[in-house]
Amino acid sequence: MSLTAKDKKMVKAFWAKVAGKAEDIGCDALSRMLVVYPQTKTYFSHWKDLSPGSAPVRKHGGTIMGGIGLAVASIDDISAGLLALSELHAFQLRVDPANFKILSHNILVVLAVMFPNEFNPEAHVAMDKFLAAVGRALSEKYR
Amino acid sequence: MVQWTDFERATIQSVFEKMDYDDVGPAALSRCLVVYPWTQRYFGNFGNLYNAAAIQGNPMVAAHGKTVLHGLDRAVKNMDDIKATYAELSVLHSEKLHVDPDNFRLLADCLTIVVAARMGAAFTADVQGAFQKFLAVVVSSLGRQYH
Repeated sequence: MSLTAKDKKMVKAFWAKVAGKAEDIGCDALSRMLVVYPQTKTYFSHWKDLSPGSAPVRKHGGTIMGGIGLAVASIDDISAGLLALSELHAFQLRVDPANFKILSHNILVVLAVMFPNEFNPEAHVAMDKFLAAVGRALSEKYR
Repeated sequence: MVQWTDFERATIQSVFEKMDYDDVGPAALSRCLVVYPWTQRYFGNFGNLYNAAAIQGNPMVAAHGKTVLHGLDRAVKNMDDIKATYAELSVLHSEKLHVDPDNFRLLADCLTIVVAARMGAAFTADVQGAFQKFLAVVVSSLGRQYH
């Protein structure tokens, strides 16, 4: 299920529309994940405040969306573009890769909430495939 | 047995009471057929499913979307025994329709996205949690009688 030329075009076009709200998207997606999938909180025991929209959540949401933006810019070779992030996740963060799917789902939910008209089925399938590709790139160095 | 909080019960009733079935049903099913195209395998006799526009304009998809969404009514009314409520439907999907139960999860995810789009900011994290928990129970019950 690799990204077709059509997928890449759709992802770039859609990202151009939503990138301005990247921090809000990241903040909301992360907030939702921590509430709806409480097991994900285990990765953030070092934060003072895990409540939706808190300062650490907003900051980290922005960081994550920065990574997504990098992936969009590297869409023709996501593995190469995300090499440093892949090593970070493999050797230091060691986030169980199942969580990439969970966060991706929450990003899609936020896109639906914030952009109900633009996030049509064609945008949805392209973004779903793209986020899955990002998850694969991030898990590449795990073993 | 599944334990529901008062918030979860109230949320599920409220979400479904406010839902426009004629809009959400077709939107959820057509989105599923576009986002997960292998699900089209069950609809060989539905005619033109060649592209997203065809799927979204297909009257058989729309009608079936409404049917499937109304199928959730019984679970909404019987939240304390969804497993028993869907035993027969589970057998039907397994023995007659031969639907891979993973498809229930795919459709549930598309329904979540559509409801999120319709409800907007009212689809808070807590509402999302309740809604996804409800759908997870439905999905599990529909797969329960497979063997």
